[in-house]
Amino acid sequence: MSLSMPDFTKPESKRPDPRRILAAPGVAAILTILGTVALWELAARTLDIPSYLLPAPSSIFSTFPSIGAERWMGHVWATLRVALLGFALAIAIAIPLAIALVRSPALNRTLYPLLVIVQSTPVVAIAPIIIVVLGAGDAPRIVITTLICFFPLVVSTATGLAATPPELIELSRSLRAPAFREITQIRLPFAVPYVFSALKISVTLAVIGAVVAEFCASDAGVGYFIQFSTSMFKLPQAWAGLFVLAAMSLALFQAVSWAQKLLFPWSLPRKR
Amino acid sequence: METPAAIRFDRLGQVFETGSGRVEALRNVSFEVARHEFLAVLGPSGCGKSTLLRMIAGLLEPTSGAVEVFGRRVDGPREDIGIVFQKPTLLPWANIEDNVMFPVRHKRGRVGSHDRDRAQELLRMVGLEGFGKRLPDELSGGMQQRVGIARALHMEPDILLMDEPFSALDALTREEMGFDLLRIFGERPKTVVFITHSVSEAALLADRVLVMTGRPGSVLTELPVPVARPRGRETIKDPAVTELAAHLRDLLLQRDAA
Repeated sequence: MSLSMPDFTKPESKRPDPRRILAAPGVAAILTILGTVALWELAARTLDIPSYLLPAPSSIFSTFPSIGAERWMGHVWATLRVALLGFALAIAIAIPLAIALVRSPALNRTLYPLLVIVQSTPVVAIAPIIIVVLGAGDAPRIVITTLICFFPLVVSTATGLAATPPELIELSRSLRAPAFREITQIRLPFAVPYVFSALKISVTLAVIGAVVAEFCASDAGVGYFIQFSTSMFKLPQAWAGLFVLAAMSLALFQAVSWAQKLLFPWSLPRKR
Repeated sequence: METPAAIRFDRLGQVFETGSGRVEALRNVSFEVARHEFLAVLGPSGCGKSTLLRMIAGLLEPTSGAVEVFGRRVDGPREDIGIVFQKPTLLPWANIEDNVMFPVRHKRGRVGSHDRDRAQELLRMVGLEGFGKRLPDELSGGMQQRVGIARALHMEPDILLMDEPFSALDALTREEMGFDLLRIFGERPKTVVFITHSVSEAALLADRVLVMTGRPGSVLTELPVPVARPRGRETIKDPAVTELAAHLRDLLLQRDAA
């Protein structure tokens, strides 16, 4: 038996070839997910696994209507608001900071080690302290989210800004152009692909950050909902919350990908 | 009064301080380039040819000696100099026309209709009429380098510095680009310093060929190209050109063997 990839490139026949349908984007992924869920349901029923260990998908999904759309939306919005505000704050800090790091070798020497230390500190462990310092409300949660998701943005943006072809920097210098245009017309656009790969990572980290903050202190949000459901021993409900979080992360990741495709189509690898 | 040379190198030396010690890149380099002269610079890799260009452009200060452009000592970047790099290095997000106008937009922050007309005229001159709205990655390597040449000419520089501009191209495209350069500079004479590894390219294009030694780079010899202009496709078969190319090749090989 051959271990090589099946050949999907054969010419099209009159009847739809099942192998071609499988090769269509997303189809394989959806089938895999459906298969896993079916297997899970089967295992939960036949092996009689207690629902506090691993609830069956059917019992997880049945909690969606029993919670009701309004409560779900309330929790989703609470988490989404913190995640997006934290993400936005991270962008607002990370990009100017990356520009400063690239422009100034002195800053690079002094500030960069500090950033690495901040990144190496487990933010989850500081979260309770931040809550105590900043008190109730969204502010501490936004700060925690920002701390968790801004580091990849700084590093990746700085790398992108420095990866500009040196010829263009020489051209800029030879023209004696104002320094800010070297940033706006050469370095920043060249960093766009780097910035977006970091944005994709950061936006999912932002969801993690929001949930961590909710675990520490909150009375709303999907993270809070999971914690609350677990403490009430409503495991299927907690799992439902988990599914919602995964869906939120996926949606945010997709949104960033679409934004790149829409705003900077040239920054994507060309399809041949 | 005698008119000053376009470019004059006066006993120029360059030493780089690197992590592993001092590297002497250039030693006692003196030569002149007259106005509207095409000088080809030939030499082994690492002999400091690109360093010469960066000094003319004012991007690098010599350790000793001086560079003068039109009788004035170079002490910083000058705007009357255009540069064509080894790679086209175009902006991938900007269309061809905007790439040609990039120096103006970068210096002044905006472009006018005059700049647009000039870009169109230059694109016509380098044989890319009608490509203005395309993106760089829709063009071949040779076409991209033509855009690089148009970009360097957009600010109407007196001096054009070309750093192995055709070395990334295939042999046939490279030859074609050489003929195009002859035509372009035939229409608008410029002072050109052209760095190359190709002896036949140097013999075809230049008025004079400067041969350099290996590190530390210094001037081995200067040879005039005894062929009248206008030159064209037939020039490449001219015995004077083939003879000079053979002689240049011998010079470079001898130095390598020594």
